Amino acid sequence: MKALMFGWEFPPHILGGLGTASYGLTKGMWECGDMDITFVIPKPYGDEDKSFAKIIGASQVPVAWRDVSREYVESRIGNVMDPDEYFRLRDHIYADFNYMRTNDLGCIEFSGRYPDNLLEEINNYSIMAGVVARTEKFDVIHSHDWLTYPAGIHAKQVTGKPLVIHVHATDYDRSRGNVNPTVFGIERDGMIHADHIITVSNLTRQTVIEKYGIDPAKVTTVHNAVVPLSQDLLDIQVEKPKDKIVTFLGRITMQKGPEYFVEAAAKVLKLCHNVRFVMAGSGDMMDKMILLAAERGIADRFHFPGFQKGRQVYEMLKASDVYVMPSVSEPFGISPLEAMQMGVPSIISKQSGCAEILTNVIKTDYWDIDAMADAIYSIITYPAMYNQLREDGIKEVNQITWDKAGAKVIDIYRKVLGQA
Amino acid sequence: MKAICFYFQIHQPFRLKRYRFFDIGNSHYYYDDFANDDIITRIAHRSYIPAAESLLRMINETGGKFRCAISITGLALEQCEQYVPEFVDILKKLADTGKVEFLAETYNHSLSSLIDPEEFRDEVMHHTAKIKEVFGQTPKVFRNTELIYSDEIAPQILDMGFKGAITDGAKHILGWKSPNYVYSAATAPKLKLLLKNSKLSDDIAFRFSNTEWDAYPLTADKYIDWIASTPPEEQIVNLFMNLETFGELQARESGIFQFLEALPRFAAEKGIDFWTPSEAIQKLKSVGELSVPYPISWADEARDTSAWLGNKLQNEAFRKLYSISERVRLCEDRPLQQDWARLQASDHFFYMSTKHMADGDVHSHFSPYETPYQAFTNYMNVLADFIVRVEEQYPLSIENEELNSLLTTIRNQAREIETLNKEVSTMRLNAEHYNEEHKTRDAAAVEAKTPEAAAEPAKKTRKPRAKKAAPAAAIAEAPVAEEAPAPKKRGRKPKKQ
Repeated sequence: MKALMFGWEFPPHILGGLGTASYGLTKGMWECGDMDITFVIPKPYGDEDKSFAKIIGASQVPVAWRDVSREYVESRIGNVMDPDEYFRLRDHIYADFNYMRTNDLGCIEFSGRYPDNLLEEINNYSIMAGVVARTEKFDVIHSHDWLTYPAGIHAKQVTGKPLVIHVHATDYDRSRGNVNPTVFGIERDGMIHADHIITVSNLTRQTVIEKYGIDPAKVTTVHNAVVPLSQDLLDIQVEKPKDKIVTFLGRITMQKGPEYFVEAAAKVLKLCHNVRFVMAGSGDMMDKMILLAAERGIADRFHFPGFQKGRQVYEMLKASDVYVMPSVSEPFGISPLEAMQMGVPSIISKQSGCAEILTNVIKTDYWDIDAMADAIYSIITYPAMYNQLREDGIKEVNQITWDKAGAKVIDIYRKVLGQA
Repeated sequence: MKAICFYFQIHQPFRLKRYRFFDIGNSHYYYDDFANDDIITRIAHRSYIPAAESLLRMINETGGKFRCAISITGLALEQCEQYVPEFVDILKKLADTGKVEFLAETYNHSLSSLIDPEEFRDEVMHHTAKIKEVFGQTPKVFRNTELIYSDEIAPQILDMGFKGAITDGAKHILGWKSPNYVYSAATAPKLKLLLKNSKLSDDIAFRFSNTEWDAYPLTADKYIDWIASTPPEEQIVNLFMNLETFGELQARESGIFQFLEALPRFAAEKGIDFWTPSEAIQKLKSVGELSVPYPISWADEARDTSAWLGNKLQNEAFRKLYSISERVRLCEDRPLQQDWARLQASDHFFYMSTKHMADGDVHSHFSPYETPYQAFTNYMNVLADFIVRVEEQYPLSIENEELNSLLTTIRNQAREIETLNKEVSTMRLNAEHYNEEHKTRDAAAVEAKTPEAAAEPAKKTRKPRAKKAAPAAAIAEAPVAEEAPAPKKRGRKPKKQ
């Protein structure tokens, strides 16, 4: 079976959980066998893992005809795209987009991030998708997250192939309920045009059904999984400080509930002195959190090391004794699973999707700072608690693999293709 | 001849309230009164009371041919006395028929038999005394918490004066043997063992209303037929179950009470008797010794102690609890003793189980907590506070032995003071007698003298009065002198702290 996937992020250049999930799922589906996947991303860097999927960079897809030589193409974009591919795509330009801002190869440049003109990029991405859809041969279209829904719809309209959209998050999660009407519009449009909708948790499924008014019959939950960590990462050695370390790792935004972490920290620090709290990450609420920590008088034991990337994340986890994710609304939340892989006991909010599949974690309501403080205290005070969570957690998380999720997605493909 | 030996268990723990770590050292009340009241009242009205009434009717209707045994833990009895005294009255009525035997067990439904022989003994004695006080019976047969039993425990049971014990007919212990005989303990041959017939017991307790069970619906005549069709040399069928089987685990609508009440009639038709455990032990000889090297119980599929001590959390909590048992025994503070009893209940450890599948369902069904981790956290917080209180009495910085010797000294001195005090009071009494005698003798002497002398009696009487005062003062001094060092010695205790 052949699938055309539209995504926004792809490892190793990722900004959040979307890239990790897209990568894991694609690989998991490939492991199930008999899957041919073409993955379109806005801007490849050339160091992506291409062993299990063909990657097309949107920034290398021509939308306007340019008379260029093979050598020139080779020298310009040879590191990320085969020149033959470029010419094949060029043969399928369907309209004159010279009025758009195109470069010397007739391509639109994408940032692949979340810039201020995001809506414009989304629109451009959908224009580009028309060319790809006309060029590639595939059975199913699969769009990851709202940024690529318009591209998916376009591809569906061009080819008549079924569209599956993958809801990694909704705007209700990101905005604590104050949705942006434009984003809502794009999301709902995608959901209506989709032949099937995949959500990453039942929590998200419920949002899709209730808030977007979608027929429950066409919404299926496929929980995310994790890619096993390499031995290299598992063996990371860090100097353990004398104090216990409690870590929050993620964007410091409203969605992630950072203030509850600070409040719980204040409660714990009132009675325990051998513990330090770390809020790693960056975001629009960071300054507010620094202020709050100072106000509670715990700034000497509450640290903000800033945004962590790549290996730093694992070093951070390795040094931690407790991982806390107090998200107010988390469609899935892959980071506690990573913490568990590193053997760090996790406390997660009941309002996160991963709470649906995890048992060897502590679940509290995000607002219940008493319960959260109590759980933190318990893990750092009682070695039995720490060890039980750690060992059972590793065992549990190693069972959550992407090939199982991949198999479910393939089943959904069969369903939309009328094969099942 | 065949007989059925019924035994019903009654137990409810004192459930803990949500106890946060910032309560440690601040709040010393640990119990969720609302939940405890609610649960025991509900179960009593739905199950215990109607079931006990059924048993009473069965005894009366059969003219005493129906007999059974009941075991109620001290903790459950305390709760019943507090919240549903009407149930205790019915139990007393059952005891008065003389056909219901009350068994001995651990007062706190604890696991002390696995770790702390002294505590185990204390608890059983406490329970025996309580049963004697409430029901006027001295238990003769012992049933350990959750039917836990092992070779190591057997001699302790015998040593406490019990002739028989009740345990589970675990398959891995019995092998090809049948539970329908009386066995004796390998390490204490005088102790007879009654083994639960799991199949027949669970047919009532777990499968009775299961419509997917091929034997559904279970009727009394069918059930008695099964028992009658066991080999004739197997003389006893031990049916052990929780009393809440009737009305709670198996709903009243399933006809469980009618089933129970119909059993004696069909049993009589087949010539099957009902015996209490004591009778069974008296009437039947042991067919052989049973060796149980590792503890068994009636819980979970594994029939071992893994339901309470199966993971790290449970073991940690368990060790921590009993690490202070010696210390607690030294304390005389009653609230402390009460909390100690309630915290020992095995249920707290049961809630911490991380087992999955069918066993896990059972654990979570009874647990007031959402997860085993929550159960552990809450329990450990309570335990931490409890340990703080024990430490306030006797700091942990002093070794147990040192403390013990200090306490012995204090007790010896207290005894000494007591004997000295007694001596003093007898001496005082003697002195008074002596004075009285003198007084009367003086008076007699005065009277014997010339009657003129009576003109100045004041002078004469003043003298013996002074005499009397002198020894009295001497006596009064004595206790002061004796007592003075005593408070001093007592005073050393707080200083040491």
